[in-house]
Amino acid sequence: MTIRFVLLVNKQGQTRLAQYYEYLTIEERRALEGEIVRKCLARPDNQCSFVEHRNYKIIYRRYASLFFLVGVDGEENELAILEFIHCVVETMDRYFGNVCELDIMFHLEKAHFMLEEMVMNGCIVETNKQNILNPIQLMDKTT
Amino acid sequence: MALSGMRGLSTFISDVRNCQNKEAERSRVDKELANIRTKFKNEKGLALHEKKKYVWKMLYIYMLGYDVDFGHMETVSLISAPKYPEKQVGYIVTSCLLNENHDFLRLVINTVRNDIIGNNETFQCLALTMVGNIGGRDFSESLAPDVQKLLLSNSCRPVVRKKAALCLLRLYRKNPDVVNVDGWSERMVHLLDEKDIGVLTAVMSLLVSLVANTPDAYWNCVPKCVRILERLTRGQEIPQEYTYYGIPSPWLQVKTMRVLQYFPTIEDPNIRKSLFEILQRILMGTDVVKNVNKNNASHAVLFEALALVMHLDAEKEMLSQCVALLGKFIAVREPNIRYLGLENMTRMLLVVDVQDTIKKHQAQIITSLKDPDISIRRRSLDLLYGMCDVSNAREIVEELLQYLTTADFGIREELALKAAILSESFAPDLKWYVDVILQLIEKAGDFVSDDIWYRVVQFVTNNEDLQAYAAATVLAYLDKPAVHETMVKVAGYLLGEYSHLLARQPGCTPKDIFYVIYDKFPIVTIGTKAILLSAFAKILLHSQPQDPELRERVIDVFKRYECSVDADVQQRCVEYLMLCEKGPDMVDIMAEMPKFPERQSALLKRAENTEGDAAEASATKLRLQQQNSMALVVAEPQTNGAAHPPILKPSVAPVQTEQLALPEPPSSAHQRALSNGNAHPEVPVTAAAAVAAPSLLEEPITAPASMPATAPAPTPAPSAVDLLGDLLAPLAIEAAPGTMPSDNNAILDFGLDPSGLAPGPAPAQVSGPADPLTLALYDGPDTKVQPIGNIEDWYKALMIKDSGILYEDPYVQIGVKADWRGIQGRLVLFIGNKHTGSLSNVKVVVLPPSHLRFQSPPVPDTIPPRAQVQCPFDIFCLQASRETAVLEFAYNNGNIPVGVNLKLPVLMNKFLQAVPVTANDFVGRWRALTGPPTKLQEVVRNVRPIPLAEMAALFNSLHIGVAPGLDPNVNNIVCASTFYSESAQATLCLIRVETDPSDRTQLRLTVGSPDPTTTYELKEYIKEQLIDVRTLTPVPPVVPAPTPAISGLTGPAAVLAGLI
Repeated sequence: MTIRFVLLVNKQGQTRLAQYYEYLTIEERRALEGEIVRKCLARPDNQCSFVEHRNYKIIYRRYASLFFLVGVDGEENELAILEFIHCVVETMDRYFGNVCELDIMFHLEKAHFMLEEMVMNGCIVETNKQNILNPIQLMDKTT
Repeated sequence: MALSGMRGLSTFISDVRNCQNKEAERSRVDKELANIRTKFKNEKGLALHEKKKYVWKMLYIYMLGYDVDFGHMETVSLISAPKYPEKQVGYIVTSCLLNENHDFLRLVINTVRNDIIGNNETFQCLALTMVGNIGGRDFSESLAPDVQKLLLSNSCRPVVRKKAALCLLRLYRKNPDVVNVDGWSERMVHLLDEKDIGVLTAVMSLLVSLVANTPDAYWNCVPKCVRILERLTRGQEIPQEYTYYGIPSPWLQVKTMRVLQYFPTIEDPNIRKSLFEILQRILMGTDVVKNVNKNNASHAVLFEALALVMHLDAEKEMLSQCVALLGKFIAVREPNIRYLGLENMTRMLLVVDVQDTIKKHQAQIITSLKDPDISIRRRSLDLLYGMCDVSNAREIVEELLQYLTTADFGIREELALKAAILSESFAPDLKWYVDVILQLIEKAGDFVSDDIWYRVVQFVTNNEDLQAYAAATVLAYLDKPAVHETMVKVAGYLLGEYSHLLARQPGCTPKDIFYVIYDKFPIVTIGTKAILLSAFAKILLHSQPQDPELRERVIDVFKRYECSVDADVQQRCVEYLMLCEKGPDMVDIMAEMPKFPERQSALLKRAENTEGDAAEASATKLRLQQQNSMALVVAEPQTNGAAHPPILKPSVAPVQTEQLALPEPPSSAHQRALSNGNAHPEVPVTAAAAVAAPSLLEEPITAPASMPATAPAPTPAPSAVDLLGDLLAPLAIEAAPGTMPSDNNAILDFGLDPSGLAPGPAPAQVSGPADPLTLALYDGPDTKVQPIGNIEDWYKALMIKDSGILYEDPYVQIGVKADWRGIQGRLVLFIGNKHTGSLSNVKVVVLPPSHLRFQSPPVPDTIPPRAQVQCPFDIFCLQASRETAVLEFAYNNGNIPVGVNLKLPVLMNKFLQAVPVTANDFVGRWRALTGPPTKLQEVVRNVRPIPLAEMAALFNSLHIGVAPGLDPNVNNIVCASTFYSESAQATLCLIRVETDPSDRTQLRLTVGSPDPTTTYELKEYIKEQLIDVRTLTPVPPVVPAPTPAISGLTGPAAVLAGLI
């Protein structure tokens, strides 16, 4: 029951955010990302949000031009992860106000902070948006 | 707002973004990397905030997929920065760029530790997160106590503690010793009282992992988990921020239910009741709503609840309710729900017996096999595979074959493999099986692995009825214009072996067949050519008298390839030429291949390998491992067409996916051991092996004529792990006779002579008397049947285990698998005939002692070769007693009767169940039992001197639950267990053992229970377990020296004598 990576790519398949919870070499990452982006992005909207790839199950969700892809092991509860993606997006929304690709691109560190607060060691650690944003907002205030 | 004062970073990001193509991006990135490198190299005194900027750039570049092989030191050094922004960057980027084995991490362990034990909360969080994400064994060793302290601390805020929980999870996975099993269950119980949902979520993740590894240790967490679930589902005290679309943290609900899946039975009736109420509410109360997020979240909970119900020993109605729900789900349009419906139905098949209900949905599932969405197709393929049995195999396999032609490449190999396994496992008749495999090869030749065609060859070889049919069928395939190479291989092999069976049919003269095969010869690869060459040699030598034209053509081929660059082909040609020249005398060498020993299909092995990997074994997996901890063959109960040897059949229909559940034909394990991995049949033909050519599919052991040296030592030690490991040993011994029989049947028959040393049937005086005991006196030493291994050892192992081997001799193996619930139990004997002949007059009679009631199944009189029968006994415990049930087992092997009496491992402890007790509870009950006859005390001497921990382990293995910590004296052991019997129902038994540290050979044993008989019997039973038998009976010749034929026999009296 583990999240193995969280990946955010745009429609062109460019990586906008990537966090792995198991170590892969850069070559392995490149290959994996290439394969799953190709697989998931090609799927029409009326197909299910789960794709099996090698030993991963990819749970993905599309928001306009952005795709959130979460790789999990075979034991995860798929729908719970699917909604967790939405929870991440809502958290980003709350911080950036209608989050878009550029927000995440140019505030890479903020996106990392948020994800870091929400997932740790492949487990969901927090879903309370206020708790998640507290440290970032605190830092914003001090700078 | 650009990255809080990091203008350079923003510029770089937009530069990269504006790159027109990949090359431009690459060169921009290279330029930046060069820039960073110079900065790091030249400016030693780079300001921290400067460093920070470059480190972010590195992370960005890394994220884009470029290797960043420098600057790690600078990144790691930021961790030691005094200020938060730099430190944070250091921690976050380090955990992205480095892995746990990186040397630099060791350098900062101290800094990290200081942050963790320091009093800056934000630093603590950063450090815990990094260790939680990439901490390795080094961290585990040096930080675990500090992290535990934080988790358990009352003064720490939730924000730190939740991270400490997940950090500890990481450290635990790296080194399980950091969590001491005994102490932690109490601490986990305490942690589950937490109110903060964030902490609870993290703690629950930790608990899943702990429970998955040692479920028994965490029983006491169950009530708390149920209470948390109750709190969540009722929405009590859930802060607004933790409800998601009106649903109280669906993630925590899911996690909590996941923990509970590891506890299939819940003893406490109240807790059980409230859990089932909650589940019932979720099952019935989840409606489809418009809002997608709410709908998903509530269904996430619903699916988890379904999974939990499957694992609990739920009532039938609830299970059928679940199947009904799943049936609904697999028919809805919403793809996610449909996918999950199929997935969960497959899981359900693995755990509960719902095959028949699920079969009702077969049509719907087949529809999903044609869904445009590959994810759904895959799920439905898996489900069909799992639900397939004899009744629906034809239909399902035909669907799979049909789908094969349109299926995408990604799924074809799996599809072909599964179709092959199903057709083999559940073939209604063998011709159909051959048809299916050949169709598979025709339709998806590229995706049919070699294993699949090797398997069909094995089958045809072993079933004489099939040979002519198979030969005719492959011949027809060869006539088609485009033939897949795999088909040519199968056809070549089968026609070489069996085309002479077709000789009477028109167009099937040896010459005709040669031309049909030869037609393909020029276009196939060298490996296939080798097979075809053998086929030619066989066709030629089988035809008598030889057709001169055929002879000329064949010899012509051999001559042409005599100089082939391929050594194998070359050698074959040279040898076959010689054989041809020697003429008809050599016919025997080209005789048909002997039968293959039955072995596990390599296909099943491959099918298992598709299993995904997860950090912890799921509850389903654990359950399956328990269910199938004994890999025994299960014979086909209704043999179709008595002439066929039984086809493989999984013991429970859906188990094919689980390794241990695989039916294993008796000979396979040894086969594999000898053949060095999975029979790769392309053994190059050596001069000797050519005798049995074509040698494909041949393994050393099946080529006795050529390789006598491969026979193993005469008495291979039975391995505890591999029950069936040494089954082939007798065959191997026979396979190495000093004289090589010259008639061609010898090869075929080598396995049929059972006694090896004394060929031929037993002496004639053995004419039909029923009593094996009397017979034993007359039998010569040549015919005696010795058990392979020690019956007493097996029995002892079974006293504490529920599955294992009970008896084994060269012909028979008896395995036991038992399941105990309260006063009743079910014990299944798996009697396997390891031998190539039938065993007749099989007698399986249980002589139950008075305290047990046995319901015996009918036992077939005969066990066909290499088959196995199951005898399930239902057993009820009437009252406590130490007497043992004895199994009278007898059979005739040919004319040799064998009989043995075996103790059945149905002992008191099987009806015991450990119960957790609190100190107060124990003391109260202990005092209530005042003395004899309900409480008995005895000083036991001659105790086997074992350490206390070992004694506690012994008790636990006997289901006598040790309650650690109840007795203040560390030299004492206190236990509580419930004994179930019809006369006394559930009797709580309390046991106290007081040991003397200075003299481990004596102790004081006190046993108390409300029922005097139970008290007495249990006391005696425990005493028997503790006393050292050796010291009491110094010379125990349990088995008399002149062992009769029934040497394995240990009469109940002898056994008792040995024990007391």
